[in-house]
Amino acid sequence: MPGRHSLKKTPFHEEVAALCQSYIWRRWAGYAVPGQYTFTYEPEYHALRSAVGLIDVSPLYTYLINGRDAVRFLNRVLAREVSDCGVGQVQYTVWCDEEGHVLEDGTLARLAPERFRLAAAEPNLRWLEDNAPGFAVTIKDERETMGALAVQGPLARELMQEVAGATVAALGYYRLTAAEISGREVTISRTGYTGDLGYEIWVSREDAKAVWQAVYRAGQRYGLLPAGMVALDMARIEAGLIMAGVDYTPANLALIPAQKSTPYELGLGRLVDLDKNGYFVGREALARHRNNPAWQLVGIEIAWDSLEEAYSRVGLPAQVPHMPWRRSTPLYTPGGREAGYATSGCFSPLLKRYVALATVLAPYGAKGTALEMEITVEHMRRRAAAQVVSLPFFDPARKRAKVTTDG
Amino acid sequence: MAERNAPAYDVIIVGGGHNGLVAAAYLARAGLAVLVLEKRPLLGGAAVTEELVPGFKYTVFSYVVSLLRPEIVRDLDLPRHGLHLLPLESTFTPLPDGDSLVRWGDPDLTFEEIARHSRRDAEAYGDYGRLMGRMAKAVKPILATMPTDIASVAPGQWWDLAQLGRHFLALPAEEKYALVKLMTMSSADFLDEWFETEPLKATMAASGIIGTYLGPRSPGTAYVLLHHYMGELDGVFRAWGFAKGGTGSVSEAIAGAARRFGAEIRTRAAVERVTVENGRATGVVLAGGEEISGRMVASSLDPRRTFLDLVEEKWLPSTLIEDVGRFRFQGSSAKVNLALDGLPSFRARPGAGPHLQGAISISPSLDYLERAYDDAKYGRFSRRPYMDIVIPSLIDPEMAPPGKHVMSIFVQYAPYHLAEGTWDEKRDALGNAVVGTLAEFAPGIEDLIVHRQVLTPLDIERITGLSEGNIFQGELSLEQLFFLRPAARWSRYRTPVQGYYQCGSGTHPGGGIMGASGRLGALTMLADVDGR
Repeated sequence: MPGRHSLKKTPFHEEVAALCQSYIWRRWAGYAVPGQYTFTYEPEYHALRSAVGLIDVSPLYTYLINGRDAVRFLNRVLAREVSDCGVGQVQYTVWCDEEGHVLEDGTLARLAPERFRLAAAEPNLRWLEDNAPGFAVTIKDERETMGALAVQGPLARELMQEVAGATVAALGYYRLTAAEISGREVTISRTGYTGDLGYEIWVSREDAKAVWQAVYRAGQRYGLLPAGMVALDMARIEAGLIMAGVDYTPANLALIPAQKSTPYELGLGRLVDLDKNGYFVGREALARHRNNPAWQLVGIEIAWDSLEEAYSRVGLPAQVPHMPWRRSTPLYTPGGREAGYATSGCFSPLLKRYVALATVLAPYGAKGTALEMEITVEHMRRRAAAQVVSLPFFDPARKRAKVTTDG
Repeated sequence: MAERNAPAYDVIIVGGGHNGLVAAAYLARAGLAVLVLEKRPLLGGAAVTEELVPGFKYTVFSYVVSLLRPEIVRDLDLPRHGLHLLPLESTFTPLPDGDSLVRWGDPDLTFEEIARHSRRDAEAYGDYGRLMGRMAKAVKPILATMPTDIASVAPGQWWDLAQLGRHFLALPAEEKYALVKLMTMSSADFLDEWFETEPLKATMAASGIIGTYLGPRSPGTAYVLLHHYMGELDGVFRAWGFAKGGTGSVSEAIAGAARRFGAEIRTRAAVERVTVENGRATGVVLAGGEEISGRMVASSLDPRRTFLDLVEEKWLPSTLIEDVGRFRFQGSSAKVNLALDGLPSFRARPGAGPHLQGAISISPSLDYLERAYDDAKYGRFSRRPYMDIVIPSLIDPEMAPPGKHVMSIFVQYAPYHLAEGTWDEKRDALGNAVVGTLAEFAPGIEDLIVHRQVLTPLDIERITGLSEGNIFQGELSLEQLFFLRPAARWSRYRTPVQGYYQCGSGTHPGGGIMGASGRLGALTMLADVDGR
C-alpha cells in the first residue's frame, strides 16, 4: 500500500472539483482546495455577506478527546477554563508552551460531559499526547475520517432549517448539536471563520458526499455559492480573525525567539484564565507576561485620501489590492520610526475600506494612533497614512443574534 | 635577472582531487604560479566519472554532492566551467513487508507519508528539521573559521576560541542541550528521543554512520547527523544534489577554473616524496625521478600519506608521527556500480515513479543497520548491508543510453581489514551479497545487469590512494574533528616543515565534496605569502 505522491483530497473533493471552473487551487495543510471556484472571486465573497456560502474546511485538524479526565487534561493544556464550556457549547481557546508563548488558537467543542473536539489549523497530536500521561483520556486524530463544511452568510439559518431542522436553526451563537442531514448523522455548531451568521457541519467521510449534495441543492434557493480560500480570507480579515502562521508564528514553528508571541500580544489575553485551579502549561510565564506585552495585535485602516495622493503624484488614480494579501509589511510612526508590521490585509468591498491586521509595538496600539504603512507606487516605496481602529472591522448583529422560534 | 636557483613554481600541489584543485584555483587566482600533480590519468581523486561500458557513465566513487561550499562555487565561477547541481529530492526506503517510506522534497507530502506510519512522527519531523537547521546554523561559524587549538597560547587563537565560547553561550538553552547531546550520543539514541518509526529512524541514522566504522548505536555518531545535515547551509538546508555528468564533472569544473586562473595541471605524475632542505620544503620528486622545485608544497592527500609517506620522519616531531600513526582510517564502505538494461522495479512501489529519482536507502530498521555493523565488527562484510543507492541516469539522462540506466550503490559495511581471506578473494562475494540483498527489495534486478563494478576498500585505496579506502581521508568521528583533525597543533593547514601545507579532507572541516579544506589551506598559504 504505497503512499501517494500528490496532495490529499478532502471527502468533498469530487463535488468540489466538479464546481472548480477556475482551476485555481491552493494547498491547505496538505490538501488541495479551491482558491476560487469561478473566474472572479467577488461573487463568492458577496455570497458570504449577502446570501450564503459553502466552504470545504476539512483540512482543519480535529482531535476527539474522550475520557474520565477529559476536563482535567484539557485544563492542563488549554489556557482557558474548560469547565466553563458546557455540553453543547463551543469555546474559542488558546494554548501555549511552557514559556507562555502561543502555540495556537482554536475551538473546543463539548460534545458530551467527557467528550470534546478540538479544532486547530496546525497539527497538535504530538503535543497533546506528550501532555496526556497520567490522565484517563484517549486522543483521536479525526482528520482522516471526518469532513467539515462551513455554511456561512445571512441566509445560512434558513438553509440549515431546511436541511437540518428547527433545532439546528435555533442554535445559539457558539452552541452545537447533533443532527441529521439527509438521514446522515452530523454535528452542527454555530461557528465559523467569517464573522457572520454561520454554521459548521462535521460529518464522517462516508457520509460527506451525501451531506454536501443535500446542502448544495437546497442552497440553490438561497443563492448559495461554493466559496474558496480567497473569499474566506477576505471575510476573516474583515472579521478580525487571526490566522496561525500568517498573523502570528506558532511558538513551535518559530526559528528565533523574537518570532514568538504571548496571548496578551495577540489580543487573546481574555482567553487566559490565570485564576483557574491547578497547573496548566505556561501558567507561570503567562502571569509574568500579562502586564508587559511588548506588542499588540490591532486592526488598521489605510487612509483612502493618502493613497489617492500618493498615486496622483504619478498621475494615477488610487489603487488598492485586488486580492487579500499575506505578507509582512512595515509600519512606521508619522515621524518615521519603526512601529511594527501589517500581516494580512484586503480592500473590503462591503466597507469600502482598505483594512489590515497588524502587530505594533504596544505604545502604538491605542485606537486612533496614527501610523504609516509602506506601499509601492509605480515601483517606488511610499508610505500611506493609516490609523489603528477597533476589531472586528465588520461585525453584523446577525452573527450572534438569538433566534426566536415561532413555537 | 633570473636567479640560478629560482624555483619553477610558487606552489606545487600534490594530488588532483577536488580539494587539491580548489586550492590550486584559489592560489592561481591570487596570481601564484601553481602546478598540480595527479598520479592518475584523470583528475578528481574520488570524484570521478568513468565510462567503463560504452554509453554507461559511472560515478565511480563519490556520487552525491551536498556540502560543496557555495562560496567556492561563486568564487571560482564553477557553473561557467560546467557545474550543474541537480536536486535529489526524495529518499525512498523500501521495507521487507512490501511497504515503504518516502521522504519527498515537499513538506506536505512528506508529512502525509510519515503519518501513514506514525502521526506523531509526522509532527515531530518538522520540529526535528527546525532544530537541526538551527543547530547547523549554530555550528556554522565553527565550520567557517579556521580550527582553533584549545591548547594554543597564541593570542589570535585565544581570541577565536573566546569567540566560539561566546557563540556557544549565546545559544538558546534548547540548542545548547541539543549540541551537547549531538556531541555525545549515538545517532540511534538521539533519534529515539524523537521518533518511533523504524525506517524513518534507520534512514536518518544512516547519515550518522555513513563512511564511518561505527554503528548507529555507537556513541558520538549523532554529531555526524548534523555534519551531513549542514548540506547547503547558505541556501536550502539539506539540499543533496547530483552533479550533472556525475561527480567527475565537479572535478572538471574546478580544474577548468584553476586552468583559467593560470594553474598548470599534470596527470600521470605520481609524487614520490617532498624534498626538504634545512626544514623547508623545496619541491617534489616524481615516481620516475623527475625533480620539480617549488617555493611551497601542499599535499591534498590524507594525513598518513602527507606526513608518513611524502616527507622523511626526521623533519617531524615524534608526537605528530605518533598522532598520525593513530589517526583512524579503517575504510568501512564499498561501492558497487551497475549498468542496467532497464529500470528496476521495487516490490514496495512497483514500476517507474518519482520515488526512484532521489536516493534509495536500504535501511529498514535500526536493528538492520546494527546487524550489518555486527558483521563488520568482527572483520566480515555485512551479509545484508546498508545501501545508499542513486540511479544517476534518471536524474541526468546523459549518464546512460536511452532507456538504459546506471545505478550507484554505496555499500556499508565492508571493513578494510578482513578477519579471513583477502579482498581480492572476496570481491565477488561482496558483489553477490549486494545484488542479492537488493533483489529482496527489487526482484529481478539480477536479470537487468549488463555490467557490474565492485570496488572494495582495497580497490578504493589502490585506485585513489585513500589510505585503507576511507572516503573521508580519516573517520569523521568527534575525536578526529576540528582542532584534532588530523592532529593536535597541526590542524591549521601548516606542518612542521616550513613551506609544506595540508589541504585535503584529512584536515578541518573534513570529508564530503565540500572543498573547504582546499580553500582554507590555500587561504593559509596566501596569508603566509603576504606575511613574509
